[in-house]
Amino acid sequence: MRVLSALLRKELRLELRTLESVPGMALFSVTTFVVFHFGLAQAQVEGDLAAGILVVTLLFAGMLGLNRLYVADEEQGGFDGFLLAPVDRTWLFIAKALALFTYLVVLEIVMVPAFVLLLLGPTLSLGELGPLVGILALADAGFAIIAALIGAIAVRTRARDLIGPLIALPLLVPVVIATARGLEPLLSEGAHGGVPGKWLAILALYDLVFGLLAVAVFDPLLED
Amino acid sequence: MTIAIELDGVGRAYGDRAALTGVSLTVEAGQTLVVFGPNGAGKSTLLRVLATLLRPTTGTANVFGCEIPREAWKVRGRIGLLGHEPLLYRELSARQNLRYHARLHQVPGARVEELLDAVGLARRADDPVSTYSRGMVQRAALARAVLHEPELLLLDEPRANLDPAAAEALEPLLANRTRVITSHDPTGGLAEADVALGLRDGRAALLAPASEVTLAQIGELYR
Repeated sequence: MRVLSALLRKELRLELRTLESVPGMALFSVTTFVVFHFGLAQAQVEGDLAAGILVVTLLFAGMLGLNRLYVADEEQGGFDGFLLAPVDRTWLFIAKALALFTYLVVLEIVMVPAFVLLLLGPTLSLGELGPLVGILALADAGFAIIAALIGAIAVRTRARDLIGPLIALPLLVPVVIATARGLEPLLSEGAHGGVPGKWLAILALYDLVFGLLAVAVFDPLLED
Repeated sequence: MTIAIELDGVGRAYGDRAALTGVSLTVEAGQTLVVFGPNGAGKSTLLRVLATLLRPTTGTANVFGCEIPREAWKVRGRIGLLGHEPLLYRELSARQNLRYHARLHQVPGARVEELLDAVGLARRADDPVSTYSRGMVQRAALARAVLHEPELLLLDEPRANLDPAAAEALEPLLANRTRVITSHDPTGGLAEADVALGLRDGRAALLAPASEVTLAQIGELYR
């Protein structure tokens, strides 16, 4: 845990110092909502369209985070510094996933109110906030796991800004589908009740399976 | 006599290009091996193989009796590397960088303060590394390399960017360990070497006890 804490603190410190990821992600998402606001033939959206816009915007804003996740490590020798230490390399994956999860949560604190303000027709009740937070948290975890894994592969390639999204997007399709379907009842006019349990279960299972898979394959990925 | 490093026919290729070919040598614990050779001769590649960061593509490499890379995890904490890159995050301060590495190596925080004093960075320790001069970055990198008191120090031109006074002041930090040092300074390099290795085009063109090597032989490597 000491190693994880050191890695995570380093990640968050670097982001606070450079502000390279979260502000860009937030700006991108708000700008996208503004474009949708003016680009769609309707002033407000609801249901599956609203869920789709929210999830896809989150996905592409998250890609900006994925592309920056390992850049400082690759360009400033952080990988070598870490690899020289007598520690389990899996901690690096866990720290990266937790850092990106944190960035996504901060992003959503900005992004969801902007979405409600600019695009969403139905009013979100307080009772719907719990399920909304729950499904977004599971989606964030899935995204962070895939991004922390794929980012480590992409950053060592020349076309890293292209390779990362190219590999990650197909892997994230199940997260996009489950999150959008899960959010749809919450974003529909006159909706009552919470998120269908099926989609929550699918997201949780996806997070678990890919979390275990990533832990298993991450160490060899860092090998020369 | 304890063997610290034992290489037998070690080679390393990057794709089709061989950076190191058939290097065999033995370094006893406490000895200093100084590696000479022109740019691109394979000096940095040799250091990275010894640091367990690169796999040898041919031959066998043993560090402290552990085969690299199969048993690399056993020796990682016993090796310190000062390469061309300082391995420091530019946006973090020297203190933050050293504390980060101290936690990874399970070194107490007091050692960080001790080293910041020793390398003369205590006054600027909280400034981002990006604001340092090259000499200051080198001093911070040196502190990082010796932070965990490694038994084997791998130093790629450690005195680069240091003024003579700073180089002399930092000397005690580098002493009393097994060392592999790359150098372009024949006189200074031979003075501190027990064994001299000369690399040319990735091959060992010269390997002998330093006392038996002449400046002319070193100069020959660069022709």
